[in-house]
Order: sequence, then structure tokens, then C-alpha cells
Amino acid sequence: MANVRNTARPLSPHLGIYKWGPHMAVSIIHRATGSGMATVGTGLFVWWLVALAYGPDAYATFLDTFTLSNGKLNILGYLVGVGLSFSLFQHMGSGVRHFFLDAGANFELRANKRSALATFAFSILATATFWVVLLEKAHG
Amino acid sequence: MGNGTRLGRVRGLGSAHEGAGEWWKHKVSSGSNLLLTLWLMVSVALLPAYDFATIAGWIAQPLVAVPLILLVLSVTHHFRHGLQVVIEDYQHDESRFVLIVLLEYFTITVRVLAIFSILKIAFTTTGVAA
Repeated sequence: MANVRNTARPLSPHLGIYKWGPHMAVSIIHRATGSGMATVGTGLFVWWLVALAYGPDAYATFLDTFTLSNGKLNILGYLVGVGLSFSLFQHMGSGVRHFFLDAGANFELRANKRSALATFAFSILATATFWVVLLEKAHG
Repeated sequence: MGNGTRLGRVRGLGSAHEGAGEWWKHKVSSGSNLLLTLWLMVSVALLPAYDFATIAGWIAQPLVAVPLILLVLSVTHHFRHGLQVVIEDYQHDESRFVLIVLLEYFTITVRVLAIFSILKIAFTTTGVAA
């Protein structure tokens, strides 16, 4: 097939020559969060729905995987819950930024960097708000 | 580069001439994903509790079950395209065709499982709570 590389020849200077910035981080994190949600997130979402469709016992098995016997989240619950909700909000913020980039806007260096940082601010704030609301309810 | 040779086209080289349409559909699904996932996160955050009866009763409402089904359609369409782009970027040999076919099966399976489950919950839950 195509793209068979002759390993005897050197590679051109690639990503290694660039200093990491928010624009690069937001780009690869968009891909990582999207791929993560599409695999892990889809699996859990479908398990949640199928468990509900099977009934209370199957739903209890689902809940028990992510909670302690007192009903509070266990470590896996926090890891998966916070991880997936942060992924969603980060991918969402970054996706909205892409709408502007697709229209040819926001390519000025400083504005582009600011919007990249804004996606992180949004996702951290939204994730924190979401979990404060959820945990206030669970823990009284 | 031109349009390549006929042998090259048999080997799957060159443009499929479907990229712009796929890109546009991906963007359209981003818009509906944005609305539907925001709705889901806000609704889940506002639920009074997360026990079986509350969740099943919530999903059983028509104005919850239908947006949830729309979300499944929108999100599966979106990740089907998104993951294909990732596969095409990193897999350069025959494995890309295998992975894209597996992705197609995965997408259809989870889409049908999710929608069937939502409908079953909606049609078998009696006494709407929440």
C-alpha cells in the first residue's frame, strides 16, 4: 500500500521542533476526548440504558460498579464520572471553537491562543458545577 | 497527482470525492450534539435522585424518550465519522479497512441497543414519576 516509509531516510523536522502551546494542546485533547467518549462513554451509556431496560436488579449491578455500599461514589465512579463529564465539556468547548475556525475566524495568534485557553476554563468550570450539583444532592 | 490509475483506484488510493459531504454532515451533527448533550447534562443534574424508579420514570416521558433517541442518532452519527477520521490518520495499511468495517458494526449495534432500551423503558414503565 501507500505510505511505506524508507527507514534509511531521515524524517523531516516534525512536531518535535515546536514549543507546546494551548492551541496544540486543545487540538490533540479534542481528538483524545472524542475518541474516549466514543469508546468508553458509548459503552457506559449503552450499559446504563440496557441495565434500565432489564430492570431494577441489572440497574443495581450498574450502580454497584461505581458506588460504595453507602451509595457514595467509589474511586472508579469518580474517575469515570469526572473523566467523562470533563471530556464532554472540553470536547464541547473545543467543538464550538471549531465552528469559528471553520468559518475562517479566530486565526489571529493571540485571539486563537485566548480561545484555546477559554475552552479549558469552560470545561473545568462546567465539570465542577455539574459535580457540585450532583454531590450536594447525594451527600445532603 | 491527477486522478491516479485504475489499479490505484482499485487499491483504494486517491480521493473518494465524498469528503466535503461527510465533513458537512459531521458539522450538522455537532450542532445537534451541542443542544442534546447540554439538555442531557442539565436534566441529569436537576433530577431529584438516581434510583431505578426515578430514572425509569424520567425516561418514560415522551419529551425525554424522544430527545434521548435523537441524541443517540446524533451522537452515533458524529462519532462514527470522528473515529473514521482518526483511523484514517493513523492506520495506513489494510488494517484501516478492517477497523472501519468494525466501526460500522459497532456504531449500528450500539445505536439499536440504545434505542431499543429507551423504547422498552418508555413502553413498560407504568406511573410516570419525576
